[in-house]
Amino acid sequence: MRYDTVIIGAGMSGLSAGVRLAYFEKSVCILERHTTIGGLNSFYRLRKRNYDVGLHAVTNYAEPGTKQGPLSKLLRQLRMKWEDFDLRPQLRSSIVFPDCKLHFTNQFNFFVEQIAAAFPHQIDGFRRLVTRIAEHDALDLERSALSARQVVSEYIRDPLLVDMIFCPLMFYGSATPRDMDFNQFVIMFKSIFHEGFGRPFDGIRLILKRLVRHFKSLGGHLKLRAGVQEIRQTNGKATSVLLDDGTEIEADNILSSAGAAETMRLVDPHAPLMKAQPGDISFVESISVLDCEPASLGHSDTIVFYSDSKDFHYERPNVPVDLRSGIVCSPNNFDYSQPLEDGRIRITALADPHYWLNLPEEEYLAAKEYWNAQIINSAMKHLPDFRPHVVDTDVFTPRTIRRFTGHLNGCVYGAPEKFVNGQTSVRNLYLCGTDQGFLGIVGAMLSGITIANRYLLK
Amino acid sequence: MTSDHIRQVILEILERIAPDEDLTDLDDARPFREQMELDSMDFLDIVMELRKMYRIQIPEEDYPNLNTMAGTVEYLLPRLKDVAVGA
Ligand SMILES: Cc1cc2nc3c(=O)[nH]c(=O)nc-3n(C[C@H](O)[C@H](O)[C@H](O)COP(=O)(O)OP(=O)(O)OC[C@H]3O[C@@H](n4cnc5c(N)ncnc54)[C@H](O)[C@@H]3O)c2cc1C
Repeated sequence: MRYDTVIIGAGMSGLSAGVRLAYFEKSVCILERHTTIGGLNSFYRLRKRNYDVGLHAVTNYAEPGTKQGPLSKLLRQLRMKWEDFDLRPQLRSSIVFPDCKLHFTNQFNFFVEQIAAAFPHQIDGFRRLVTRIAEHDALDLERSALSARQVVSEYIRDPLLVDMIFCPLMFYGSATPRDMDFNQFVIMFKSIFHEGFGRPFDGIRLILKRLVRHFKSLGGHLKLRAGVQEIRQTNGKATSVLLDDGTEIEADNILSSAGAAETMRLVDPHAPLMKAQPGDISFVESISVLDCEPASLGHSDTIVFYSDSKDFHYERPNVPVDLRSGIVCSPNNFDYSQPLEDGRIRITALADPHYWLNLPEEEYLAAKEYWNAQIINSAMKHLPDFRPHVVDTDVFTPRTIRRFTGHLNGCVYGAPEKFVNGQTSVRNLYLCGTDQGFLGIVGAMLSGITIANRYLLK
Repeated sequence: MTSDHIRQVILEILERIAPDEDLTDLDDARPFREQMELDSMDFLDIVMELRKMYRIQIPEEDYPNLNTMAGTVEYLLPRLKDVAVGA
């Protein structure tokens, strides 16, 4: 079988690229090594309950019918409807640092008022920063790198406020430790503070299932349990892929969402043709299922980003889990018309991938249990004690992420260095998703669309 | 196809690309972009939808002809005159 394009990976970016290509009548096949779709944002069933792998919130929230912004852009491009995503807005989220708390909602002005009240001397600078952000064209694929910390510190003098602004943006979308590229900062600032959070009542499975149904109805092929072992090339031009089971599939173009370093290893495991280093920012996440709604215990924030130290440390920790900071998300605390089936508290903290990946199998379970208790314990400063209400628990680590998505180091946001124009050193082999540079659910989808439009629809 | 048919086809394409727009009062003489939110990605999709439907290739230098409804219809009329309606 020969295709116009073969796509490696049925995550958000691969599926979105696939929809674009199939819609315009290209023959396209998506190959996915795992037994199911979704990649870093998949879903599963465990002990008779539904879980989302990653989903805290979909960023870039917009009211149905909005004509501008990333969400509306991607729905248009995919020819999908607002109902296909069914996003319900968040209630309210918080950023909590020692002696200071800022709240935000999907109304940006509310956040500005919060900053004006808590940091009266910084508010003018903050407003000027907002203007700078509004004027920045983040979708320019030919940009050069600039330190976001340096830019932000030109406008805001108080280091506490700087760290409080960076905290949610880094947690939800920085592949680089300590600092971000200003462009990525702008994308994340808009997607979190300007636009905000939403979540489908049924979780990520709703969006994924709609995407796949749409893709297949347009004639696209999807093969699960179809890992790509090798990308074959002739004279510097990609020509086919070899699957784990030995099947060879020919294609005029290959689009990979497996990650830059991961993809180049498929081309040549011994002499990578392109310098691509996998990142090492990863997380451990503790998921508790409760017998009640978190709000009934007094916790009604959608997401809490916290740092118990005044300076926020966003980097690979040299302990298994960095307990100084974290994210608490309750999927229950969105504006639904009816309650979810059960209560959930998800707590995420930075983790050291090397520790988790190298742990002997027989110690892994005990380590998960130990660190789960530690994470919950340290988050207790920021939410009521829900522990007596826990009826089930699941924990995932960088090891889980590597096992299910193949991302080296189990890293969530990919390589620190991005390949924004999607090209590789091999002709006709392109990158989309995490390592192309648009992060998160909406980012990954836009990445697939952008690269498909740019190279594969000619 | 007649001018009326072509106009109808373009309206249907615009509805698919931008379902949240109200096109009932579209002024054929004014640029689309003044009347609706249409970015360059959306604009390219008009060209691609036409290619998909009628196998017609529109070279990039001709894009300015497609800025208004009137211009689009005029541009397409000779190119689609042999196409049967509903094809
Ligand atoms: C714990 C966690 C929480 C998150 N929370 C949020 C959130 O709340 N909001 C948000 O917006 N984003 C969140 N994200 C980020 C978001 O999930 C990702 O940015 C996005 O899903 C990335 O999509 P992608 O298509 O780029 O990559 P992936 O989803 O990784 O897709 C790549 C796919 O390729 C497959 N693959 C790899 N190698 C091969 C091979 N050789 N052959 C065949 N298939 C292969 C993998 O199995 C995978 O399915 C979270 C991520 C994690 C891990």
